[in-house]
Formats: sequence, structure tokens, C-alpha cells
Amino acid sequence: MNNFKHHQTAHCENGVTVSLLKHHGVDFMTEPLAFGLGSGLFYIHIPFLKVNNGPAISFRTMPGAIFKRTCKSLGIHVERQKFNSKEKAQSFLDAKLASGIPVGCQVGVFHLPYFPKEYRFHFNAHNLLVFGKEEDQFLVSDPVMENTTHLSQEELEKVRFAQGAFAPKGHLYYPKFVPEIKKETLQLGIIKGIKRNCRDMLYVPGGIAGVKGINHTAKKIRKWRAQLGEKQAALYLGQIVRMQEEIGTGGGGFRFIYAAFLEEASEIMGNDKLLHISEKITKSGDLWRDSAVQMSGIYKGRLNAQKDYDDCANLLNEISQVEKEAFLELSKIKF
Amino acid sequence: MKKNEVPQDKSALENFTREVCYVKNNDGKYETDLSTGWDIKKIALDNAWEDIEVRIKEAEKKVRAGEASPILFFMELKLMDLNVLAGYSGFWTWQIKRHMKPAVFQKLSTKQLNKYAAAFEITIDELIHFKKGE
Repeated sequence: MNNFKHHQTAHCENGVTVSLLKHHGVDFMTEPLAFGLGSGLFYIHIPFLKVNNGPAISFRTMPGAIFKRTCKSLGIHVERQKFNSKEKAQSFLDAKLASGIPVGCQVGVFHLPYFPKEYRFHFNAHNLLVFGKEEDQFLVSDPVMENTTHLSQEELEKVRFAQGAFAPKGHLYYPKFVPEIKKETLQLGIIKGIKRNCRDMLYVPGGIAGVKGINHTAKKIRKWRAQLGEKQAALYLGQIVRMQEEIGTGGGGFRFIYAAFLEEASEIMGNDKLLHISEKITKSGDLWRDSAVQMSGIYKGRLNAQKDYDDCANLLNEISQVEKEAFLELSKIKF
Repeated sequence: MKKNEVPQDKSALENFTREVCYVKNNDGKYETDLSTGWDIKKIALDNAWEDIEVRIKEAEKKVRAGEASPILFFMELKLMDLNVLAGYSGFWTWQIKRHMKPAVFQKLSTKQLNKYAAAFEITIDELIHFKKGE
């Protein structure tokens, strides 16, 4: 049995990154640091695509990117594998566990037995760690759970081969080589992570991503009541809040994690400006929560005038402005 | 969000887990705290489930009225869309759309029906005898 330690985090991919790296001796790794090194903060409103019959919005970067970028910036080599055959996926995992290596797995949550039923949708970008096997049960460290749990071989196979968008195809990953990490490497990684996040929030062309994407959603919200009718429009707002605040996806939550990253980075870099910008991102996180409260007034059925939709949209415009200022300031820092 | 503002409302997470939140402590520094849930979110999730129930009922009505095959009903019941069902069944989405027509459904082979039954995690009997059930 290996000496694996479970870490609970706000977000699954951050959590898998933290647990795997700590297991390999990167003791300083924290969730905010992993999120910042991986340039995790984002916003995108994907047009023409529907998720669970509502708007497709994400508050974070692409699945897999945080682990990949964080490892790369610290010089850590990563092994990752997808499989066409369930048998091969199983034997590969068995072999890794037999040699005492915990492995990150991408899974679907629909068949995840230890999740509450209310949360089990066909969502395939969840991440967990398998760190051992006892009799016929696989030992599982799911970062959003308070404690470790377990899955039978059949259950594990089902979630690793879930179908639909982002089908995991048995996708697994783990660090292969971890070098001695110097403070300068970490500092360079932080700078790179911040620069890339500035680019993603400010300069993605097309108007649906980053701070412009938030305004795009605001514009849509102003039209929803007339376009979709009160019932559907309210459901759409509910979907935004769910994408924003649901366990392991947290949009407002992501803003607070990023603010915590800037606070940590300010200490590591010896730069007070970062602390100042951290406050701005905290403000944005608070505003996202305010917007959720405003939207809930509508989907609870308490409010339903056009003005109430406009109020939601106005809040989003304000958030966009706050995040724009924060990232502009961040992009101007000379390290 | 400040530490004393962390919502501790009842939610579906009860008896499963609590959520990690990043909050400002009294010294203005970030730390983590655990939340049992937030009403604002709970209601959004409840509404989404009510909508799903409505979709399932509508699908059931269509099947009973002979306007759609049971495939539509079970797809909604299992929260799937055409793409997800295509993944689990191995059919193309255009094939599934055809198989949702009652007349086409009648002519499906046992092998084809088996694929759907496996995708929905039901028996082939439950799939074809949908109308007689209940």
C-alpha cells in the first residue's frame, strides 16, 4: 500500500493536480497555485451549442489544460493515455497501481455511485484519482469529496468509458518525472501563467470569450424574456447560476480561487501590486455572487419584468468592466 | 466572500459531502472553508429537475399517442440527448431519429433492440412492452 494522501479542493482538476504533485514531493503545491500556473480563469459563452437544453457557458479553461500547463511550467514530464479497448485501459491501470503509482482519471459523473443523484448528469469532464486496490475495490480519491471512496471494477469501467461530449475513453494521466523545482522556476511559471491568463481574458478574438464574452451573455439576457418566454428565460438564468456555482464548477468560486492565487503569488514574487489586483478579482467574485442572487429572484418566480432581466445584464456588464481593469493592470506589470 | 458569509443551507449534498470555498478571514487573507450548500443554487438545480420531469412526461404522452417510439421516452428518462445516446448505443444520430418513428421501431431486429436496451440499462422486454406497462 502506498502512502497516498487525499486532498479535498473546490475544483476537481485542481485537486488531482495538487494531490499528484504533492505525492511526488512537490510540497508547496496548493489549489490556487495550480489554478494560477495553469491559467485556469476564463469565461466563454459558446454560441449555437446547448448543454442540458440551456446555454453553454464555462467559467474556466478547457478540461485538462490546468494539469498540463502547471506540470509543463515546472518542468514535470507527464504521461497520458487514452484507450479504444476497455480491457487494455484496465490492465494499464492495474499495472500502474501494482507499482504504487496513483493515477488521474477523467470520468463521467452520470454513473458515479457516490455522487448525489441530483448532480448526476452526462458530464464527462470530471477528474478523480485511483490510488490503490483492495480486494475487488479500487481506492478512489475524488477531490470534491471530503473523504476517499471506492469503486468496483465494473463501476470504474463505466465512468471511464462514459459517452457523449468529452467522452473520456479511459483517459488517464500521471507525472512521469519530477525534477528538483527551484524558486526561480516557480517564479517564471507564475509570470507565464499570469501572461497567458491575461491573453485569454482580454485578447481572444470573436467577442464570446474572456471579458467580452461576459458582455455577450449580458446582451443575450436582455433579449431572453421576449425571445424565449418567461419560463424558458428563467430556466436559462438558472443554468448560468448552476454553471457558475455548482459543485466543482464554481464560476464566482473560480474568481475567489484566482484572487487567492494572486495573494500567494504576491508573496512568492515579492510584488505588492499583485495583492492589489487580488482585491479586484475578489470584488468580481462577490459581484458574480450578487448576480446569482439577482437571477434567482427571477427563477424563483418572485421577479419577472424586463427590468429585472436588465438588472442581471447590468451586473454582468459591471463584472466585465471590473475583470477588464484587473487583467489590464495585471498585463502591465513588469516582472 | 468573507468567512462569516459562507452559506450553510440544506442541499442535495447532505450526507454526501461539503464544498470547499475560498474565503477571506478576519486578517483579510484567503483560507478555505466548507459549505453545506446555498439556496440560490439549490433552487436552480430543483428547477432543472422539474424541467426534466416535464420533458419525460411529454415524451411518455407522445409514445402513448403513437407519435414516437419508446426510444424517445427512455432517452429523456436517462437524461440523454441524441449525441449521448449515439455514444452508448453505437447508432448514428440520424438512425436514432428514424428509430424514434413508431413504424420504423416495429421493424427493428432483436440485435438492434438489444443495443438500445443496453444503452438504457433496461431489458429488451421493458423497451418493447412500454405501452402495455402501467
